[in-house]
Amino acid sequence: MRLIAENLGGERGGDRVFSGIGFALEDGQALVVTGPNGSGKSTLLRVIAGLLPVAEGSMKIDGVMKIEDGGEAFPSIASACHYLGHQNAMKPALSMAENLRFWRDFNGDGQLGVEEALETVGLVGIGHLPFGYLSTGQRRRAAIAKLLVSYRPLWLLDEPTAGLDKASEGRFAGLMTRHCEGGGMIVAATHLPLGIEGMELRMGETD
Amino acid sequence: MLALFLRDIRLNIRAGGGALTGVIFFLAVIATIPFGVGPDLKLLARIGPAILWIGALLSCLLGLDRLFQADREDGSLDLLVLGNDRHMLALTVLVKCLAHWAGSVLPLVIAAPLLGLFMNMEPLSIGATALTLLIGTPAITFIGAAGAAVAVALPRGGLLISVLVLPLTIPVLIFGVSASYGATANPDPFLQPFLILAALTLFLSVLGPVSAALALRHGTD
Repeated sequence: MRLIAENLGGERGGDRVFSGIGFALEDGQALVVTGPNGSGKSTLLRVIAGLLPVAEGSMKIDGVMKIEDGGEAFPSIASACHYLGHQNAMKPALSMAENLRFWRDFNGDGQLGVEEALETVGLVGIGHLPFGYLSTGQRRRAAIAKLLVSYRPLWLLDEPTAGLDKASEGRFAGLMTRHCEGGGMIVAATHLPLGIEGMELRMGETD
Repeated sequence: MLALFLRDIRLNIRAGGGALTGVIFFLAVIATIPFGVGPDLKLLARIGPAILWIGALLSCLLGLDRLFQADREDGSLDLLVLGNDRHMLALTVLVKCLAHWAGSVLPLVIAAPLLGLFMNMEPLSIGATALTLLIGTPAITFIGAAGAAVAVALPRGGLLISVLVLPLTIPVLIFGVSASYGATANPDPFLQPFLILAALTLFLSVLGPVSAALALRHGTD
């Protein structure tokens, strides 16, 4: 599977935020998007996901992702991606396990169950706590666990490590590496080094 | 889809969900009417079905602004929109509407017979009004979903939603009330307005979610 962007431009509120972005991402590759505040990193991710319209150029996904067990096809980028935005998309009134179980039911099963996913992100034994009681870093880790409970080949991550401590950052880098090794793709917008091998796309450079 | 329904019901019932706000508002409206109208029992019995319907309609509008806004604030709405290929967005909206109805509006329908006693209504009239509310209120939720989807980005959209939705709910109100009267007032028919009310609900159960889905898809920023 290939994710291809050609001469991509994005708008926010009628203003062109970026234009002329091009990249091609293959299975197992990661793209790290960097750049100063306001250079359009988040907008780029939302354009890729299809939450914002493509203002110019084109954005497409080539080939059908093959999964050994089911052979599920992903007809569009939106259906093939996990989008982890600034918000965690979890309900404060529900417990962490309830939140994850909902997203697992809604998005489809992945390789990991809810308990294993919580274990992978280091939240063992507190899955019963309401999401609203958790610290910022724990919330982020729960949101990362959401990436694991359902399978999507493409991860779109917007500042994924915001609020994480050193140990969790390392653990998350391991998760991303494993996702890429399994044939997945990652597009991550970040200010902090993520600790993964990948191409770099710098935005907001005047040239 | 069942998971979404159960999640929304659970959120409605838990702290801060506001399932009871509508019922208490409904109670407040109905309980003040006899004080305003005066102790004329015949008059109260005559206007009872209409007052119950108006009270239920206003209480329905009360919780609508949170239908999509809560999901938008925590980022869930983006993921629901992205899931369009797996679960058609209009269907997702329909399920959210049904959960909202079951969590916030069904208690109104259940409370209506009790409040009917405040209005000195006879048992048959109470039964007919509760039945028309049961059939008619989903239509209000479906129209309201379209209004809520349009106003989802506005931080204080509640009033705007009411203003947008209220004119569209008038047909539902008219047929609901006339069916309720038809059950007791002898020459008036019950079945015809009741069937039109049911048809309105079915019609809006398609139109409301589809237009709400359209508004949500284009409202992401």
